[in-house]
Amino acid sequence: MRKIGIETGVGFFLLAGLISLAYLSVKLGDVELFGERGYTVRARFANISGLKEGASVEIAGVPVGKVSKISLSDYEAVVELLIDPEVKLQEDSIASIRTMGIIGDKYVKITPGGAEDYIGAGGEILETESAIELEELVSKYIFEKE
Amino acid sequence: MNARPVIQLIDVRKSFGSQEVLRGVNLSVVEGKTTVIVGGSGQGKSLILKHILGLVKPDSGQVLVYGKDLSRISGRELQEIRMNFGVLFQNAALFDSMTVYDNVALPLRERTRLSEEEIRRIVTEKLEMMDLEGSENKYPAQISGGMRKRVGLARALVLNPKIVFFDEPTTGLDVAKSNEIYRVFFRTQSILGYTAVIVSHDVPKILKLADYVALLHQGVIQDCLTPEEFQLSDNPVIKEYVETTMGAIYTSEILEEEDEKDRY
Amino acid sequence: MLRLFEAIGGFFLYNVNQLGRLGIFLFVSLVSIFKPPYKVSPVIKQIYVIGSLSIFVILFTGAFTGMVLGLQGYNTLKKFGSEGLLGSAVALSLIRELGPVLAALMVTGRAGSAICAEIGIMRISEQIDALECMAIDPHKYIMAPKFLAAVISMPLLTAIFDVIGIFGGYAIGVGLLGANEGAFFSSMYKDVEFDDIYMGLVKSLVFGLLIVWICSAKGYFVHLERGGGFGAEGVSRVTTTAVVLSSVAILVFDYFLTSVLI
Repeated sequence: MRKIGIETGVGFFLLAGLISLAYLSVKLGDVELFGERGYTVRARFANISGLKEGASVEIAGVPVGKVSKISLSDYEAVVELLIDPEVKLQEDSIASIRTMGIIGDKYVKITPGGAEDYIGAGGEILETESAIELEELVSKYIFEKE
Repeated sequence: MNARPVIQLIDVRKSFGSQEVLRGVNLSVVEGKTTVIVGGSGQGKSLILKHILGLVKPDSGQVLVYGKDLSRISGRELQEIRMNFGVLFQNAALFDSMTVYDNVALPLRERTRLSEEEIRRIVTEKLEMMDLEGSENKYPAQISGGMRKRVGLARALVLNPKIVFFDEPTTGLDVAKSNEIYRVFFRTQSILGYTAVIVSHDVPKILKLADYVALLHQGVIQDCLTPEEFQLSDNPVIKEYVETTMGAIYTSEILEEEDEKDRY
Repeated sequence: MLRLFEAIGGFFLYNVNQLGRLGIFLFVSLVSIFKPPYKVSPVIKQIYVIGSLSIFVILFTGAFTGMVLGLQGYNTLKKFGSEGLLGSAVALSLIRELGPVLAALMVTGRAGSAICAEIGIMRISEQIDALECMAIDPHKYIMAPKFLAAVISMPLLTAIFDVIGIFGGYAIGVGLLGANEGAFFSSMYKDVEFDDIYMGLVKSLVFGLLIVWICSAKGYFVHLERGGGFGAEGVSRVTTTAVVLSSVAILVFDYFLTSVLI
């Protein structure tokens, strides 16, 4: 009886602990158990001002992927986007960097185009719109008034 | 004293803080014989035992077991030497969380590759030798002090050691129980033929078992003699000890007679 | 005057000596884990003692910690109009800081004291000497299973603490105070990164090691304690010291680990 007690106790403890750990790391820690799902496309921006890896990619406000890598090439920001496999992007889609609310996080907004061809894995979104900086907007407004 | 000594202590000194407990202990233990270390409480008798077991290192001097200096050898060599040892501790030192059976089986399980059936056979045999049949599944807290000592002895003997140490084997036991321990000791020694080192202050009874008696007084072994010589010694310290512990009524003749009766 | 210097010197030497002793103890115990024979059942038994028996304490303290975080967090965040961040506030403080530290303190109180007393008693009743004389390495036989069990149990207990705490915070924040349920979870999912969970894991591993190390070494060396460490009194005193020392060590190491990992 005592022996069974120990084993059941240990089993229960290990189970509860592992479930908790799995919940934390998969659900909260964004650990992908079966590798990253989706395909990657690139986009070049003149200015990404504050966009971070892991930021979300949205179409019509619906998250469809995330920023997987940011690098610099020819003084331009090259952003790699990991897009869900079931979402297809037209060749003339427009990627723009936007801010949630006035001072919220930066994210990538994709505006769908009308072309019949889709961008494949490793392709590039050619039309981009850089981040709009609040300071620039404000100063522009002030100077134009003068 | 022509048999070869298995254990030799040469000028062993040990102090704790500013108190020097052992002040140059010299002692030889002869193979196959029973050596008893006697002396008042707090003189460091058990400390000598701990030196021989390699649990305590001397400040200076040598402890030789089978000719090897315990403080100069590697941990592995010390373990090999200890494989020849069996120890009955003062309070038996049984593992509280294990049954009597598991306590006795522990050295076999940890130190040998015997199968469970063989272990069962050996453990049962040893427990029978100690008159402990039927207590296998009890825990140390559930048995009497005398039984605990016998379980401790069974555990000490389970690997058939060449040298067995007894630290105060009868302390805290009544006369009947301690006689029982002595009987068991006698029986097992005659079967297994081990060398015995006993630390005790159960004088005069212990002298009947001894081949040699050594008196520890003021941190020095006064002398190591046969029981007869011990009682007739001219050494003033031994003389005083003999007189205070057994009184003048005991003589070696009476003792020897009793000894003979006990043996046969 | 000379006495004073002697006392200071003695105190200093004793503590340096003790530190060295504890260091060697840790090293020998860790090495002994990798020495054969490898036995599973003693480890299971120790996981039972350290892990399973601590579950209820962890559930309780975890739930109430999460609940108070929900209460405090909601009322503070409300002042800035950002109740939506409650989820990430609760989850982050639990995962990064409170989970590992509080779970470790609970385990110190529950299992650490038991380990220290158990080993202390084994020492004063000569059981450890008996093991050595049977040529059984007490580090391998007693310590190794405890170290392994602690290293396995602590991260799991911490994870349980975190999850229960998050749901405690949810119950109070969303259920009782009416924060937005969707915002609670989405802010939590968005703001908690793997780095945070990694930090919590590393902390809990180190704390687990600290607890077993300090508690078992204190018990193991009870006979060398300053001012005599024999008998039941010696064991009880050393157990108290071990629990206090482990708790302090957990908080000190928490600071340094945070500064390294952040």
